[in-house]
Amino acid sequence: MEHFDLSLVNWSRAQFALTAMYHWVFVPLTLGLAFIMAFMETLYYRTGDEEWKRITKFWMTLFGINFAIGVATGIILEFEFGTNWSNYSWFVGDIFGAPLAIEGIMAFFMESTFIAVMFFGWNKVSKKFHLISTWLVALGANLSALWILVANAWMQYPAGMHFNPDTARNEMLNFWEVLLSPVAVNKFLHTISSGYVLASLFVVGISAWFLLKGRHVLLAKRSIIVASVFGLITSLFLALTGDGSAYQVAQKQPMKLAAMEGLYKGTEGAPLIVIGALTPGKDYTDDKEPYLFKIQIPKLLSFLGYRSSDAFVPGVKDIVEGGYTYTDKDGNQRVALSAEQKIERGRVAIQALADYKKAREAGDSAAMVYHRKLLDENFEYFGYGYLNDPKSIVPNVPLTFYSFHIMVGLGFLFIAFFVVMLYLIYFKGFKVNKWLLRSSILMIPFAYVASQAGWIVAEVGRQPWVIQDVLPTVAAVSRIDASAVQVTFFLFFAIFTTLLIAELRIMFTQIKKGPKDGGK
Amino acid sequence: MADTTYIFLQHYWWFIISLLGALLVFLLFVQGGQTLIYTLGKTEMERTMLVNALGRKWEFTFTTLVTFGGAFFASFPLFYSTSFGGAYWVWMAILFCFVIQAVSYEYRSKPNNFLGARTFEVFLFINGLFGTVLLGTAVATFFTGSQFSVDKMNLANISKPVISSWETPWHGLEAALSIHNLSLGLAVFFLARVLAILYFMNHVNHNDIFERSRKQLLYNAIPFLVFFLTFVVWLFLREGFAVNPANGLVFMQKNKYLLNLIQMPVVLLLFLTGVVLVLWGIAKSLLKTYTKGIWFTGIGTILTVLSLFLIAGYNNTAYYPSTFNLQHSLTIFNSSSSKFTLTVMSIVSLLIPFVVAYIWYAWKSINVKKIDEEEMKNETHVY
Ligand code: HDD
Ligand code: HEM
Ligand code: HEM
Repeated sequence: MEHFDLSLVNWSRAQFALTAMYHWVFVPLTLGLAFIMAFMETLYYRTGDEEWKRITKFWMTLFGINFAIGVATGIILEFEFGTNWSNYSWFVGDIFGAPLAIEGIMAFFMESTFIAVMFFGWNKVSKKFHLISTWLVALGANLSALWILVANAWMQYPAGMHFNPDTARNEMLNFWEVLLSPVAVNKFLHTISSGYVLASLFVVGISAWFLLKGRHVLLAKRSIIVASVFGLITSLFLALTGDGSAYQVAQKQPMKLAAMEGLYKGTEGAPLIVIGALTPGKDYTDDKEPYLFKIQIPKLLSFLGYRSSDAFVPGVKDIVEGGYTYTDKDGNQRVALSAEQKIERGRVAIQALADYKKAREAGDSAAMVYHRKLLDENFEYFGYGYLNDPKSIVPNVPLTFYSFHIMVGLGFLFIAFFVVMLYLIYFKGFKVNKWLLRSSILMIPFAYVASQAGWIVAEVGRQPWVIQDVLPTVAAVSRIDASAVQVTFFLFFAIFTTLLIAELRIMFTQIKKGPKDGGK
Repeated sequence: MADTTYIFLQHYWWFIISLLGALLVFLLFVQGGQTLIYTLGKTEMERTMLVNALGRKWEFTFTTLVTFGGAFFASFPLFYSTSFGGAYWVWMAILFCFVIQAVSYEYRSKPNNFLGARTFEVFLFINGLFGTVLLGTAVATFFTGSQFSVDKMNLANISKPVISSWETPWHGLEAALSIHNLSLGLAVFFLARVLAILYFMNHVNHNDIFERSRKQLLYNAIPFLVFFLTFVVWLFLREGFAVNPANGLVFMQKNKYLLNLIQMPVVLLLFLTGVVLVLWGIAKSLLKTYTKGIWFTGIGTILTVLSLFLIAGYNNTAYYPSTFNLQHSLTIFNSSSSKFTLTVMSIVSLLIPFVVAYIWYAWKSINVKKIDEEEMKNETHVY
């Protein structure tokens, strides 16, 4: 029996993670800054105050620098589905491809068309058309996010599809179920609002730096007000949708939830860890105390995950070993299977697929019906059939746990920050103290950390699945040499890092130069 | 049990893919132009004008490429998985060429840009040269075939559920070594340059540039014609990958692609009109002081490429042939998405005219004036 080429899989994962994380460095700023610019230009349009125009144009320059590299890093991702996850591309292309195509047709063209008007149209089109273009850029950027996030949400929770044994792939049954699945809705709202918060912090931080230097004071003050209001509203919304996401994770990906909380053994009325450290080397099979230390809020995890403070939250061990009762998506009470049983059922499903094919070739319709039924009955566990070891259904717990807690902690910090900022501005006027201005600058890297951490939770936490329960990562990969992927990994690493350095230097230079002369 | 709606949808989506491919080739004038910046621009100001003339359009080419990929994924996912995962190196090389392009315009003239303006110009050149040649080469494999195998049922093989594999260790590099593929690649490259020249003649208001462009037009039109004719003549003479509609088996048929043209008179008409328009635009610009050549040659390019794509996929032809095992070749029937997905996407595609309309409107409103020195000095957002 040949085995999966693990080094191929791991290099492919590393490459995807690298490129996705680079893309995500630039995307959230695009998402949020587009709106902030649109607000500012609206103020210009309304008041006719040339200062607002200068402010808008300053942020637009930074937007352009960031946008270009966002585009550069995005194209790779799209094609990587084909180049590195070719099995995946066939297996789920029928569902997954559609949002990607719609994204191209609807969103990317809108964005790139109106970006041209936004940058080059100042002296060529009417004020009103220019303003509309800026808003359409923001809309286009957020529509791009919608479709790709729908695709990603579907990987976390494959809704609206069935498996067709004749074509050996999953096929879409209901577009609306794919688009409007609760996971997709939460994911979209949470992710775009994370972009808004990040961009608000970016604007506040840079403006704070101007204030510290005593330069461009009017621009800085106005920008801080716009961005802080936007930031406060969206960071509250971010916490709300974050809670919504966590609820969905609890329902649809209990293993991810267990990893996020470092919960090895499930309990009723499970507490939420606010701050904690995991015991290094802990495994679900040993009896080590899971936390070195922790501060927890009793029963909150049960409440957040199941909306009932006494609900049972399964831990890693429970999910591997099965035996607890849970409510499935149709509302039935079921006893969870162990990973081992799921693997067995998955094998049955896969075998049934093979037998179905044989029966079809032999023209034996009775056998076809029989194997088809067997396949359908076990399809729920299809992906498990590719796994060998029950342990392999456990993701990297420490990485998921710390990423999650860093994100949430920073999320609350940001809310507090915006509150303090607006409070001081409102009651003390703009004699904001140095200490606050300095910490504003610090918030910028924090925002990026929180944002990356969020994706690590989402993506590392769902391992070993590319499509939850349907396709494990090991079975999704293209058949190429690991060394080929290694080469492209380092190429991407080198080129993206080079471009990032160029981007940062250009960005810093433009910030130092300030708003005076717009583009150059 | 032929499902005519499904068959219609498969044809419809092959048409959309073909149209996107055709638009992409036309828009490659941006790439072509990138290889001419130093040939046509002798002073810093001249180069700035050229770069800016291209820089306002590059996003469209890029986005069309992205959409072409996305639409292919959605409508013919088996192609996506087979070709991208198999011809790994060619596609990766193409992607690298486009990654370095995406930042170059924005960063080239910005102070403190780390690599220096020259490096970004080199990036643009690489994109213009290799991007076009490799894309053309990759598309040529639609007619020449590649060595891959596909078996969907491998999914049932637990330890090795690989649906498609490339059967040569070259992973796509082999395509770039075939003369026939390369002749199309080079034809695309020179065509892109021809289009760029015509675009500059139309859009840049500068006498020296105009005169230099006209001279270069000749130097690029000739190799374009040579490579294009080589490819087309050879294409019409060669055997093609035909599908027997009765049993779906693929077999080699003499002059298949020529037959396709003859059997589909509309496509033949498209092809001939396209070729005539391409030549007309070039000839008129060579002979007279004429600035509108880009329209003729541009539209001609779209029609010609469209018809080439159509003869690759229509009329019982395997558009992505496997030379490893003929029966593994991809046709628009065996590689498409489900009827439901194609239907959903077709509904979405009704938006395309609307998208085209606003692109048109937006372009018109910022292109009212040709690019000139005056504008380069006054405009705030200059590359
Ligand atoms: C500025 C960035 C930021 C901040 C402050 C937060 N998040 Fe977040 N979070 C993201 C940025 C992000 C993200 C990058 O947008 C993610 C990654 C994947 C996704 O859907 O959104 C994410 C994912 C994500 C997930 C995983 C979803 C999944 O696996 O599908 C959960 C459960 C939360 N978040 C919950 C929260 C909570 C309760 C927060 C408290 C305020 C919070 N996040 C703040
Ligand atoms: C842009 C934000 C994103 C970031 C930062 C991100 C991050 C990551 C990381 C860290 C991994 C590696 C996980 C591991 O192997 O342990 C990964 C894998 C992956 N992600 Fe994402 N991701 C992002 C968005 C997406 C989206 C939107 C999709 C799909 C639409 C997606 C699809 C995948 C796939 C297919 C893999 C590879 C298979 C796997 O390891 O699961 N990612 N991503
Ligand atoms: C892993 C899956 C992803 C793929 C395949 C992907 C693909 C792409 C591509 C091809 C582009 C360039 C578009 C152009 O030509 O203009 C792009 C840009 C963009 N993407 Fe992604 N992307 C992914 C993840 C994400 C996520 C998770 C988001 C948002 C939540 C996002 C939002 C954007 C936005 C706003 C842009 C516009 C330009 C910019 O990045 O600044 N993408 N993406």
